[in-house]
Amino acid sequence: MAKALEGLKIADFTWVITGPLSTKWLANLGATVVRVESNKRLGLFRTYVPMAGGVVGVNRCGTFAEFNDSKYGMLLNLEHPQSRDVMQRLISWADVVVENFRPGVLDKLGWSYEELRKIKPEIIMARASMYGQTGSLATVTGFGTILQAHAGFTNLVGWPDRPPTGYSIAYTDTPSASYLAIGILAALDYRRRTGQGTYIDLSQFEAGLSLIAPCLMDYTVNGRITRALGNRHSYASPHGAFPCKGDDRWCVITVFSDAQWQALCQVMGEPVWSKELRFSTFLERKRSEDELEKLIAAWTVNYTPEEIMKVLQDKEIPAGIVREAYDLLDEDDQVEYRKSFKPLNHVEIGPFRYQLPPFILSETPPEIEKPFPCLGEHTEFVCREFLGMPDEEFVEFLAQGVFE
Amino acid sequence: TQRPDSAHCHGADLRETAQLKALADAAWHRWGQLDGLVNNLLADYLVLDLCNDKGLLCGKILADLGADVLIIENPEGNPARTQPPFYKDIPHTERSLSWFYFCSNKRGITLDIAREDGKEIFKTLVRKASFVVESFHAGYMDEIGLGYTMLSQINPSLIMISITPFGSKGPYCDFQASDLILEGMGGLMSVSGDSDRAPLRCTTEQWHLGAVDAAMAALAAHYYRGNTGRGQYIDVSIQESLLWGMQVYAFWEMTKTRYKREGDRTSRGNISFKVIWKCSDGYISWRIFVAAMGRATKALVEWMDEENMAGNLKETNWENLDMNFLTQQDIKHWEELFAHFFLKHTKSELQREAVKRGLMLFPVADAKDLIEEHQLKERHYWEEIAHNELGDNLLYPGAFLKSDTGDLAIRMRAPLIGEHNEEVYVKELGIPREELLVLKQNGVI
Repeated sequence: MAKALEGLKIADFTWVITGPLSTKWLANLGATVVRVESNKRLGLFRTYVPMAGGVVGVNRCGTFAEFNDSKYGMLLNLEHPQSRDVMQRLISWADVVVENFRPGVLDKLGWSYEELRKIKPEIIMARASMYGQTGSLATVTGFGTILQAHAGFTNLVGWPDRPPTGYSIAYTDTPSASYLAIGILAALDYRRRTGQGTYIDLSQFEAGLSLIAPCLMDYTVNGRITRALGNRHSYASPHGAFPCKGDDRWCVITVFSDAQWQALCQVMGEPVWSKELRFSTFLERKRSEDELEKLIAAWTVNYTPEEIMKVLQDKEIPAGIVREAYDLLDEDDQVEYRKSFKPLNHVEIGPFRYQLPPFILSETPPEIEKPFPCLGEHTEFVCREFLGMPDEEFVEFLAQGVFE
Repeated sequence: TQRPDSAHCHGADLRETAQLKALADAAWHRWGQLDGLVNNLLADYLVLDLCNDKGLLCGKILADLGADVLIIENPEGNPARTQPPFYKDIPHTERSLSWFYFCSNKRGITLDIAREDGKEIFKTLVRKASFVVESFHAGYMDEIGLGYTMLSQINPSLIMISITPFGSKGPYCDFQASDLILEGMGGLMSVSGDSDRAPLRCTTEQWHLGAVDAAMAALAAHYYRGNTGRGQYIDVSIQESLLWGMQVYAFWEMTKTRYKREGDRTSRGNISFKVIWKCSDGYISWRIFVAAMGRATKALVEWMDEENMAGNLKETNWENLDMNFLTQQDIKHWEELFAHFFLKHTKSELQREAVKRGLMLFPVADAKDLIEEHQLKERHYWEEIAHNELGDNLLYPGAFLKSDTGDLAIRMRAPLIGEHNEEVYVKELGIPREELLVLKQNGVI
C-alpha cells in the first residue's frame, strides 16, 4: 500500500513521550524518521521500566519500545566538535527537525533555528517543551505526569470529598504529541504553497488547556471554578462506574434520558426500589444519587462487566467496561477487529505489540514498519544511505568518537 | 495483517475510471495553484464540518490553522449548542460557552442534509470542498446516501473523516457511548482514582482527543493528496485515541502485571511514588526522581537542608540511583520527610522555589490559578473576543501552538444559527434569494 507521508524526511532529536510519540505517528504514516541519540546522555526511557525479562539494558525498555517503532536510530554526540559536519548533512537531508529538549539546550549546542536555516533555508523546525520557548517558565524542566497538575487536569479528576488524584500517566504528553504532528503537517502545506520553512513553538501546557477549555471559559465568563465531581454528570443519573464480579473489575453506565432509565429498570428485572418515587424522575434520581448508586452497585456486582455491557448495550443504554491494558490487548473485540496493535519481533526483547495510530486511512493505512531501534543500530546505514557519506569518512568520524 | 479497509471498496474501484482520473488531475492542478495565501499555515481550504460535540475540535484546529471551516447545522441548531456551561448561566442555543470555543473561527450555515433538497445543496458544496468531517453514529452518512462512496464520485480528491466512538465498523461500532463510557473503554479510567473506590473519569469531556487525532490524520491525507491528487476516507476511533492516553501497556505486555490506580500515587514497575502532596494552602504535584532526573530531587533536598529539614535525605546520591533497584521501604521513609516539608509551605512559595531551583514541582491548578498564571500572560495566551450581540467581550483560551508563520488566533467568534446562510447560499453558491426563502420555509435551511 502507498504511504501518506512517503518521501518525508525527519531528523528526530526528541526524548521521553511527546516528541517520540509524535514522530512515531509520522513514521507509521510513512515518513522516514531518524532518531538521533547519544550514549553520552542517554534518553530517560533507555534506562526506564519495565525491562524485558527483568534484565536491564539500553535496548530492553518497554516504555521506550512503545514510542519508537518504525524509526531509524543513530548515535551522534552533539558535544563533539566534529559532529557539526554530520549535522550539516543531516539537516540538508531533512525536511523537518523535531526536538523537545529543554528550551535553549539545542541552541547552546549551536543548532538554533537561524543556524538550521543557514544550512537549509526551507527547513521546518518543530519544538515542543513544557511551557513553550518563551516566558519566565520556559526553561523549567518537567514531566507530563506532573505537568497535568499545572494544566488543570489533576484538579478535575477526583472525588468531591477527597484530594484530587489526576491520571497516573503523563496525560498532557498525548494531546501535545498530536498537536505537534498537526503543526508539522500544516507547516509542510505552507512550504508546498510558498517554498518557505516554519518555526513551531508548542507549549504542552497551552496545548493541554484546549481539552479543558469549557471549564476555563466558565471561569473567565461566569467566575465559576469547576471542581471534580467523581464520575457524576450534571445532565445524567445514574452516571458512574460500578463494581462487578471479579478482581477489581468495573463497568460504566450512563443514563441520559427517561427512556434509558426505563430500559435499565427492565434489564435489572424491575426491582421494587426502582418504582419508588425518589427514583421516578431525573431530578428525583439526582437528589437520591447516593442511594441510587448503592442499589445499582448491588445489582452489577453479581455480573462480570462483559455481561453488563452486553445486556445494557442490547437495550441501547450507554454502558461499557473499565478496560485495562490486559483486556484491551487480549480481550477487546473492537481493538482486535481494528488490529490496533501489531506484534513484531525485536532482536533483543523478542515479540512486542506496537500500537498503531488511532485512525485508519483507506488509501494509505498507517503501518508498524519495524520494531524500535537498538541504540545506534542504524548509524552507519543512515550515514551511507541517507547522507551519502563515503566509507572512509564514516570510519574517520567513528574513530574520533563522533558517533557516541 | 492489513487493518480492515474502511473505505468502501466500491468507491476505490470507481476512482480508477478514466473520467474520475481526469477529475483527480484537475484537483491536483488546483492544489498546485493554491499559492496566493501566505499568511496562514493552511490555505483557506473549504472544510464541511457536520460534527456534534464529539468531533467539533477537529474543525476548530483546521480553522485555527487557516482553513475555511463551514459548520453545517440542522435548521433547529446543532445539539452541541445545548452543552454547558452557558454565558451568565442562561441556557440558550446562542449562549453555550462550549459551542463558542469549539466553533470559533468557523462560519455557519443551516442545512437539513437528510432531506432531498438538502442533499443536493450539500453535494454542490462537496464539489468545492477539500474536507468533510462528521461524527454521526457509525454508518449514518451511508444511510442517508452521503457516504464516502457517493461523495468521492462527486469529488475524487475529497478527504472525508468520520469520528465515531469505536470506529465505523466492527463489533462495537453500534454501541451507545458517552464520555464516561469511552474513558472506561479506552483504559484511561483504570489509571486514575483511589484504590479503595471506583476508577475515575475527568469531570470535563476528554473524547475531544479523538477530534485532535482526526485533524492529524486529515493533514497526513492532505499531504498525500498534495503529491497525488487523491483523496481518501479516514476512520477515527475515539476509543483508540483514549487508549493512547494510557501509555503504560508495556507493563502488561512485558511483565503480565496489572497497572493499578493508586490515587495520589503512581507506580512504575514494582515501586510506587507519591505524586499529589498537601501543602499549607492546597495541593502540589511532585515525585521523587532518580538517575537522569535525580538532580531535581537533589535540589529539593538542598532547599530542605537550608531550612534544617533534610534529615538523612542528604546522604542519598539521587543522581546515581537506578530505578530498577529502589525499594518501596526506602521510598516510604523519604516521602515522610518530603511531606512534612511541603506542609510548611504555600503553593506559590513552592512554585516560586521550584522554578528557581529546578525542582520539577507543580501546583495543582484550578481555572483561577490558570487565568492568573504569569507564563500564559507573558505568552499572550488568552484572547479577548467581542460578542456584539451579547454586548460583551469574552476571554478565550488561545492557540494550541505558536509559529513564525501567521497567527493561530481567533479571527471570528462562533457563528449564530444560520449566520452565513446568505453569504454562502446566495453569494457563493448563487442560489436565488426567492429559492432560499422557499428552502427556509420548507425547513431545509
